[in-house]
Amino acid sequence: MDDTARRMTLRSMMEHRLGWPIVTLVLLLALNAAFNPGFLHVEWRNGHVYGSLVDILNRAAPLAVVALGMTIVIATRGIDISVGAVVAIAGAVAAWAIGGSIAGNVTRFPLPVVIVAALGVALLCGLWNGLLVARAGMQPIIATLILMVAGRGIAQLITNGQIITIYYTPYFFFGGGYLLGLPTSIWIVALVFVLLYLAITRTALGLFLQAIGINPTAARVAGVQAKRLTLGAYAFSGLCAGVAGILISSNVKSADGNNAGLLLELDAILAVTLGGTALTGGRFTLAGSVIGALIIQTLTYLIYSLGVPPEVNLVVKAIVVFAVMMLQSGEFRATVVKFARRPAIGRSEVRR
Amino acid sequence: MTSPVLELRGIDKRFAGVHALQDVNLALYPGEVHALMGQNGAGKSTLIKVLTGVVSLDAGEILLEGRAIHPDSPLDAQKLGISTVYQEVNLCPNLSVAENIFAGYFPRRGALHGYRIDWDKTHGQARELLARIGLDIDVTRVLTSYSVAVQQMVAIARALKLSSKVLILDEPTSSLDDDEVRRLFDVLRRLREQGLAILFVTHFLNQVYAISDRITVLRNSRRVGEWPTSELGAQALIAAMLGRELAAAQARQSPPDDIETATQETALLDATRLGQKGQLQPLDLRVRAGEVVGVAGLLGSGRTELAKLLFGLEKPDEGELRIDGMPVSFTTPAQAIRHGIAFCPEERKADGIVAELSLRENIALALQARMGARRCLTRAEQNALAERFVRALGIKAATLDMPIGLLSGGNQQKALIARWLATEPRLLILDEPTRGIDVAAKQEIMDEILRLASTGMAVLFISSEISEVVRIANRIVVLRDRRKVGELPAGTSEDTVCEMIGAEHG
Repeated sequence: MDDTARRMTLRSMMEHRLGWPIVTLVLLLALNAAFNPGFLHVEWRNGHVYGSLVDILNRAAPLAVVALGMTIVIATRGIDISVGAVVAIAGAVAAWAIGGSIAGNVTRFPLPVVIVAALGVALLCGLWNGLLVARAGMQPIIATLILMVAGRGIAQLITNGQIITIYYTPYFFFGGGYLLGLPTSIWIVALVFVLLYLAITRTALGLFLQAIGINPTAARVAGVQAKRLTLGAYAFSGLCAGVAGILISSNVKSADGNNAGLLLELDAILAVTLGGTALTGGRFTLAGSVIGALIIQTLTYLIYSLGVPPEVNLVVKAIVVFAVMMLQSGEFRATVVKFARRPAIGRSEVRR
Repeated sequence: MTSPVLELRGIDKRFAGVHALQDVNLALYPGEVHALMGQNGAGKSTLIKVLTGVVSLDAGEILLEGRAIHPDSPLDAQKLGISTVYQEVNLCPNLSVAENIFAGYFPRRGALHGYRIDWDKTHGQARELLARIGLDIDVTRVLTSYSVAVQQMVAIARALKLSSKVLILDEPTSSLDDDEVRRLFDVLRRLREQGLAILFVTHFLNQVYAISDRITVLRNSRRVGEWPTSELGAQALIAAMLGRELAAAQARQSPPDDIETATQETALLDATRLGQKGQLQPLDLRVRAGEVVGVAGLLGSGRTELAKLLFGLEKPDEGELRIDGMPVSFTTPAQAIRHGIAFCPEERKADGIVAELSLRENIALALQARMGARRCLTRAEQNALAERFVRALGIKAATLDMPIGLLSGGNQQKALIARWLATEPRLLILDEPTRGIDVAAKQEIMDEILRLASTGMAVLFISSEISEVVRIANRIVVLRDRRKVGELPAGTSEDTVCEMIGAEHG
C-alpha cells in the first residue's frame, strides 16, 4: 500500500511537465557532485555567498533571461533567432553611452540613461521583428534572421568595429556585483521571472498567448487581438535580450559586436525545449525554461570539471543534449519499453 | 446468407477507466452498405479507431474473413484490406490527383527494387482507379483544382487502391451538397456491386435510408441492435439512438411572423449594398432584435462569405453596414464583438475550438478577449461561467478541465455556442451550427436558438439543411451563386425555398 502510494506520486511527478527537466537537472548536479567533492559546498565569505551552485546560477543568468523572452515568442508559434545579435547591440549601445574614458568614475551619460538607452534600443529591435511577423506576415525564422545577420553589423557600427572596454565601475554592479550576498544577476533574473509570471497568471495574457499558439485562426475569431499580442511577444523577447546584453557586457567589462551573445539564440531555444515547451507553440512553462538554462550551464560546468579537452567539448555537450531530448520524448520511451518487452510477447505467441 | 467479411466480437475499450466501447459486436457482409448510427459520444468514432488500428482494444476480437487480425496502425489496417475515408479530406492540396492517390505507394521502376517512380504507371493506375468509381478527370492536375466532392472521391480512390475488402466512410457527406451526395452514392452503389463491404457513418437520416442495407445502432458505448434497413423506420431508429421517444420534440409550430412591422423600426443590423469583389455580389440585409433570419443556399453560394463580411473577418469593398443606425466598419473580429456581434464559424476544428485548451478556457475565451487582458477572470469565475453553460446547453464532459479537443463534435459545437453566449451578444451568427452532430444535439441547439431569440437576441442562421431553416426562421434570405436571389417569409414550404435555391432537395 505504502509502496503503491509512493509509486503513484512518482508517476504523477513524472507526468508533470516539469518532471523530466527537474530529473535531468538533478542528475547533472549529482554527476557534478560525484566528480568534484566540493561541488555542493556553499560558504559565506566577505559578505557574499560562494560556491559552485551560486556560480552556475550566476553564469546561467543571461541565458535564462533570453530563454524567458524566447518562451513567450515560441508560445505564439514563433521563434526569435535574432536575440544573440540584439545582445551585442545592447552591449554596444551601453558601452557607447558610457564612453571610452579610462577613469573608473566617468561616464558620458548618467547610469540610468545608459540602461534606458540599451534597453530601449533592444526593445526597438524586438518591435522590428514583431512588425515583420505580425504586420508584414513574414515567417518568424526569416523575419528574425534579418536582424540576426544585420544586428552584428549594427553593433559594430556602434563600436566602430572595435571591442570597447568599459572602465566605469558602477556599471559592473549588474553582471559582476552582489546584492544581499548574492550576485546581482540572479536577482535580475528573479525579477524578470516574477514580473513575467505575474503578467501571465494575473492577467489573461497567458490564456491569449496559448490560444494564439494552438489555433491562431480560432483565437482571432474569438476576438483575441492576435497581431498586437504577437508584436508584444517579439518586443518582450528583444527587451530580454537587452537585459542579457547589459549582464554580459557588464560581466566581461567590454562590448564586442562580433562575439557577444554569439549562438545564444540556439542555447535559448535549447533551454526552452529542454524545459518542456514544445516548439509547435501553445502550452508553455516559464519555470521550465529557467530550468533548461540551468541544465545547459550545469552541463557546461560538468564538461569543464571533467577536464574534457576543449576541442571536443561541444561534441560531448551535443551527445548529452541528444540523450536528454530522447529521454524526454514520450514516443522514444514508449519504443524502448516496447522493445524491452518484446521477447516476452514472442514467447507467449510460441506457447499459443 | 454469406458469411461476414469482417466481424467484431465483444469489443471493449476504456479511456482512463471510462468505457468507450462495451461488448460491441458488428458484422459486415460483402456487397452491403452498413450504416453505423448513434449520438455523439455513443462510441462510433472509437469503434472506427479500433477497426483501423488507431487505438488498441482492451478485449474482444476482430475477424477478417474468419481470421483474427490485430491492426496496430491505419497503414497496417489498410494492408489487411480495411480502408478508411475520414470526414475531413485528408489529402495534400498542393499535390496532383495521382500523387495523392499513390503517395507512399508509388509504382517503382529501375534497379534496386525501383529507385525511381514510374510516372506512366502511376498516372495510368490512377485513371483506372478513378474509372472504377466512375470519375474521369485529369489526374496530373493539382487536387485543389477540383471541388470538395471530387476530392472526397479521390480520397476514396486512394483508400481503394490496395485490394480492399472493407471500406469505412466516416461522415463523408457532411461537407457535400445534395448533388455531390448523389454522385458519392452512385460511387458507393458501384462499389457495393463489386462486392465491397462498406461501413457508413452519418448523421443524415435520409442518407441512411437512401443507401444502406443494414443498420447497427450504438448508444452509451453499447450496441443497441442490428436491423435490416427496410425493417427499421425513422422513428424507431431515432428512438433506438436516443433511447427515448422524441416524437413530441419533432413537431414544432412555425415561429410568429410579422414581416410588415419589421421594416418600420430601426434594425439592429442593416447592410446596404454590402459586397466584396469575387466573393459576394452587393446585397441588402436587415436583422431586427429578437428575430431569427435564416440564410439558405448551397455550398459556395456566398453564405459563409456574408457572415465573414458582417463579422470583420473579410473587408467589404462596397456598401455600408449600420448597427443601430450608426455606420460601422470592422477590420477585425474584435471590433465586431465590441458591437455585440458573435460568430460561430462553419469549420469547427479549424476556426472554432482551441483543441488543447480546456473546456472551461474555451468557453471563457471570447468573453475574456472582449474584457481585455488586464481584467482577468479568476479560475472560480471561469468555472462558474462554464458550469452555467454546461448545464444550460447540456454539454457532456467528464470535467471542465478536459481539453475540448477530446469532446465529441456535438459537445464541441455547444461549447462554442456557450463561448459566444457568455459575451451576451445582440446578434449571433451561426454558420452551419448543426453540421456533423447528432439528432438530439441538433434539436437541443435549435431549441436554444429559439429561446435566445425570445429574449431579444437576433440570430442569423446559416444552414444547408433547408428543413432546419424553414422550421426556425422568421425570414429566409436565399443566396445563389454569391448573390441574394430573394427573401421569403416564415411558413414558406421547403419546396419553395429549394426552388428558389435552384436545386431540388433530395
